[in-house]
Amino acid sequence: MPEMSIREAVSLGLREALDADERVFLMGEDIGSYGGAYAVTKGFLEKYGPDRVRDVPIAEAVIVGAGVGAAMGGMKPVVEVMTINFTLLAMDQIVNHAAKMRYMSNGQFEVPMVIRTVTGGGGQLGATHSQNFEGWYASVPGLKVAVPSTPYDALGLLRTAIADRNPTIFAEHALLYGVKGEVPKERYEVPFGKAEVRRQGKDVTIVAYLRMVSVAMKAAEALAAKGVQVEVVDLRSLRPLDVATVVESVKKTSRAVVVEENWRTGGFAAEVASAVQEQAFDHLDGPVGRVGGLEVPMPYNRSLEAAAIPTPDRVVETIERLYGL
Amino acid sequence: MPQMGYDMQQGTVVRWLKTEGSPVKRGEAIAEIETDKAVVEFQSYASGVLAKILVAEGTVVPVGRAIAIVAAEGEKLADMPKAAAPAPAKPQALVTQRQAHPTPSEETVEAEHMPVSAEEVKASPVARKLAEELGVDLSLVRGTGPGGRISKEDVLALRTKGQAPAPSAAPSPAKPVTAAPAAPAMPVPQGVSPGKKVPLSKMRQQIARVTVHSKREIPHFYVSTEVDMTQAMRLRAHLNQSDVFKGVHVTVNDLVIKACVGALKKYPKFNASYTDDGIQMHEQINVGIAIAEEQGLIVPAIMDCGHRSLKDIAAASRDLAERAKGGTLHAAEYTGGTFSISNLGMFDVVSFTAIILPPQAAVVAVGTVAKRPVARNEQLAVAETMTASLSADHRVVDGAEGAVFLGEVKRLLEHPYLLMM
Repeated sequence: MPEMSIREAVSLGLREALDADERVFLMGEDIGSYGGAYAVTKGFLEKYGPDRVRDVPIAEAVIVGAGVGAAMGGMKPVVEVMTINFTLLAMDQIVNHAAKMRYMSNGQFEVPMVIRTVTGGGGQLGATHSQNFEGWYASVPGLKVAVPSTPYDALGLLRTAIADRNPTIFAEHALLYGVKGEVPKERYEVPFGKAEVRRQGKDVTIVAYLRMVSVAMKAAEALAAKGVQVEVVDLRSLRPLDVATVVESVKKTSRAVVVEENWRTGGFAAEVASAVQEQAFDHLDGPVGRVGGLEVPMPYNRSLEAAAIPTPDRVVETIERLYGL
Repeated sequence: MPQMGYDMQQGTVVRWLKTEGSPVKRGEAIAEIETDKAVVEFQSYASGVLAKILVAEGTVVPVGRAIAIVAAEGEKLADMPKAAAPAPAKPQALVTQRQAHPTPSEETVEAEHMPVSAEEVKASPVARKLAEELGVDLSLVRGTGPGGRISKEDVLALRTKGQAPAPSAAPSPAKPVTAAPAAPAMPVPQGVSPGKKVPLSKMRQQIARVTVHSKREIPHFYVSTEVDMTQAMRLRAHLNQSDVFKGVHVTVNDLVIKACVGALKKYPKFNASYTDDGIQMHEQINVGIAIAEEQGLIVPAIMDCGHRSLKDIAAASRDLAERAKGGTLHAAEYTGGTFSISNLGMFDVVSFTAIILPPQAAVVAVGTVAKRPVARNEQLAVAETMTASLSADHRVVDGAEGAVFLGEVKRLLEHPYLLMM
């Protein structure tokens, strides 16, 4: 099985789609001649030309709005918003148009669009460029939200997103592009709403997604050295959300901690924790824990930034404190 | 029902002075209560509306039971906690209920008998569910989680240690406890350093609750007698060597059990429970055996001894002790005892008295069988003797009956062939 990075996997998924379906086109800031802020679309402009790989002005509402219009008109746009922080400028287009068009037109229109965007902190990009809003979009009916943590999932979920007839927020993490993993040559898809157990354990379940999966895995290793067997569940998509896999795991372990990079208050971990206590209450041997980013604007300073984002140590400490393990 | 006097156990509502729905003021007489000594006016503890009368005139009610509900103006009865409803008297539930205050100060009448229930135990949801499935009383489990929370593992650990019964439908409301342990290998307490205050384990708390309840509620009286065990010991030695008893080892305790069963058949009042409205005679004879465990005392019962032979009892008591260690006792064996035996014979004691395990009416405590001087035919002789002491509930039986009962136990042990019948 060939090994590739998440950057290469996303790039491959886009090329496949461009090759397979002439309705697919890309649109975004610096995706053309610059090759993409994270070099995902390097060489695309040369290969597919400016009609299918469109550089656009710095106007996110326009990027998404034009994508919605094109999708309604029968195209399959894959638009890129350079970071999820900038989607705030396009929020009306995303929440009020992309997500609701099918419903409000009684199915006369649909929006088969993918909004690729880059989420997460940790790269010293400062308070306004280091946020995690994918959980916000996961609360909106009409949207789907994919959050791949491996190259396999990145490609598989992107295929599903492009094939889907609904708008998808496809959140790539800024620090995960270099993560390598095996990707089969044969075509496969990763369906939405299907979480993956990344590590088996019987003592406590850690639920995570995107970069927090690797934080969870490191915490699991540290706890394994102390004799605590951790199960790690990677959500892979936030909407639809695979509660069943999480509950199944909690039934086995009786304990659950949800880790997210976002601020805890109103964060997506609260949604998962609530679902767990609703559906697995009688199996719980302690409170459902949450580990999230500190409730501060992300510091620029490297040390402070590292302290604001959940670390394996913080996850371990939370588990030990909550369960006396 | 207020406690109007130190020794008052129950009272009769003679007359209601207010009707349902009428306003009452704190301190205002709302009923007349008859105690053993007098008819006394009962004054409301709270101002409001006499929302509901729970007890009809002429009814005898134990102290602490709700007799009426006083609601605040405009308050609906449906909003009130369920505890306000009168619960039928269950002897076993007594230990889980707070005793009534001599001087009630609570805001409302029903607050008097709010049960101290399992809800106050801090346990995780899965620990609660598991405890219910396994019939484990959570109040006996020591929580090792943060803040003393009982975890799933705590419940499971208890079970593997043999403290808890095997899966059964009914949770056991109260763990039997008597005054004295009776296992040969009494565990030595670990980690008890001088000058340090040792926190109360759940089991310790439960033992405290049950024994205090027993000593406070049950008027104990005691009768002791010396039993000549010479013949019994001889019979026991024969039996343990005989082919018929092959594989079954008869202990002194088994002989005592069998003798007590014989006496209970003849005097069934000792196989009974005192309740507020009568003495409940039990159909089965279930003899509880005090067993000392690491964390404290348990008293599981050998069920239905009335139909068991000595051999049968010997096998059953061995089985009971083993299953107590292995953790496969049934809930019924924990709670179903109707009479108990406590034996400290292995510790070289002459005699002791035991605390009655509610709702039972009596317990027999036996000391060590040893060769002692006795007077026989005007001569000093040596015989193997044992002192047996009966503790009995004076509400159920009187001293003379106790003496006769214990005399029958003695007679059976001194003529041990009767135990073979």
